[in-house]
Amino acid sequence: MGEIFKQYVIDHFNFWIAVILMMIGLYAMITKNNLIKKLIGMSIFQTAIILFYVSAGVKDGATIPILEHHAVEVEQVEMLAAAAGHSPSEHAASGHESHAINPDDYSNPLPHVLMLTAIVVGVATLGVALAVSQVIYKNYGTLEESEILAKIKAAENDG
Amino acid sequence: MIWQFDIILLIFLVVTAVISLRVKDLLAASMVFGTYSFLICLLWAGMGAVDVAFTEATVGAGISAVILIATVYNTRRDSSD
Amino acid sequence: MKWVGLIAVLFTGGLLLSAMDDFPKWGDAHSPANASPVSQYYIEKTIEDSGVPNMVTAVLADYRGYDTMFETVVVLIAGIAIMAILRVMNQIPGGARPSPRHEIGDHHDIIIGTTCRLLIPVLQLFALYVIAHGHHSPGGGFQGGVILGASFILTAIAQGLDPALERLPEKSYVKLAFAGVVIYSGFGVMCLLLGENFLDYGVLHVLLPGIDAAEARSHSMLGVEVGVAFTVSAIMFAIYANLASKGELEGGL
Repeated sequence: MGEIFKQYVIDHFNFWIAVILMMIGLYAMITKNNLIKKLIGMSIFQTAIILFYVSAGVKDGATIPILEHHAVEVEQVEMLAAAAGHSPSEHAASGHESHAINPDDYSNPLPHVLMLTAIVVGVATLGVALAVSQVIYKNYGTLEESEILAKIKAAENDG
Repeated sequence: MIWQFDIILLIFLVVTAVISLRVKDLLAASMVFGTYSFLICLLWAGMGAVDVAFTEATVGAGISAVILIATVYNTRRDSSD
Repeated sequence: MKWVGLIAVLFTGGLLLSAMDDFPKWGDAHSPANASPVSQYYIEKTIEDSGVPNMVTAVLADYRGYDTMFETVVVLIAGIAIMAILRVMNQIPGGARPSPRHEIGDHHDIIIGTTCRLLIPVLQLFALYVIAHGHHSPGGGFQGGVILGASFILTAIAQGLDPALERLPEKSYVKLAFAGVVIYSGFGVMCLLLGENFLDYGVLHVLLPGIDAAEARSHSMLGVEVGVAFTVSAIMFAIYANLASKGELEGGL
């Protein structure tokens, strides 16, 4: 029992929360009556997906995907030395060992890039949705889905 | 990251998400949604995704809360659910 | 309706949770996402290719430049769409009722006014720092652009929409938004004219004497980030100004 619990829950805790947030957002999008509430649910759904992606890029014991300036300088000095045709000195060669870039030391930058643009595009599309809901409010005088549907039905019966 | 911090943030995330969807006052819902964005920004900063956290702090907790409030101001503040 | 929604949500969530065992373990450095050659290449070769320490900026502006360019175009189109939707709304006669123009808040409150007058220059300076220093620290065009747009939104909230629109009128911000996309694609077209692929910045070193291809990539990244920042800051202010005033660009929040 404890083994299964560890296998399913402890090792994937972030993914559990991502799925739960996704369920909350989806439930709000389907069942809420108010359009603004639906949009908040959509944003929660979106952050849940982003949380899922970012969680997939995490590595144990890894640091942020920005190199230290010291490592950068050592790398550049070596590149300059190589370009000038000098063989790197003993000291630089021993320094190179400790400054070689190991992919396991840095968290995965790829999901971060994809999600960074997704957030900005998400707020732009949220703006479009809010503009549409302002138009709906102007035309129907309400933001409740059931009242809007009733008014549309009444207008159809009149016409 | 520190797992105690992680778990506290994740639980608060679910709590703020549920609150922002259950309040009947849309202005309050927008503000709680801003809090939710800020919490998830802290979570991402802890997970090493600093650029994503920075974007969420400016966009999610700043701009999207403001445009939600602007729409609520121009429409109605109360909601049926 | 509630029950149908609940059943659909529980079914979707149940399917995902039942597959939880197949998800990568938390913090596994050898999961498929982390061990793929693509992301390992980005981590190992960024410094060699462009000399930029912040891998996220390097991947965003260089390796995946197409992606970012069209994301910028999406933001631009969304801003234009908001203006168009709200303008059309004002031309439709009738509608339910004209909303009462209530004056909320005194826009000349001395505490808010003074605080914002002190805060806004610092905010704008920080935004420029974030844009310019995005290679070396967290930040870049998107974040800096949003902070710059937020400083104008703060002006609009503190002093009213009209003073803010005097500083950044609609003609200016639309021009600024398009200028950002033109700057970004201009870098790509320059690369094409010099005989390389679109957005392959390495060739631009022939334009700037005294630098090599890696440095040319680093400087071009700064250029495209400035373009992204133009578009994003202008569109963020446009979204706020139009949504707060129902597209009329007067009165407002």
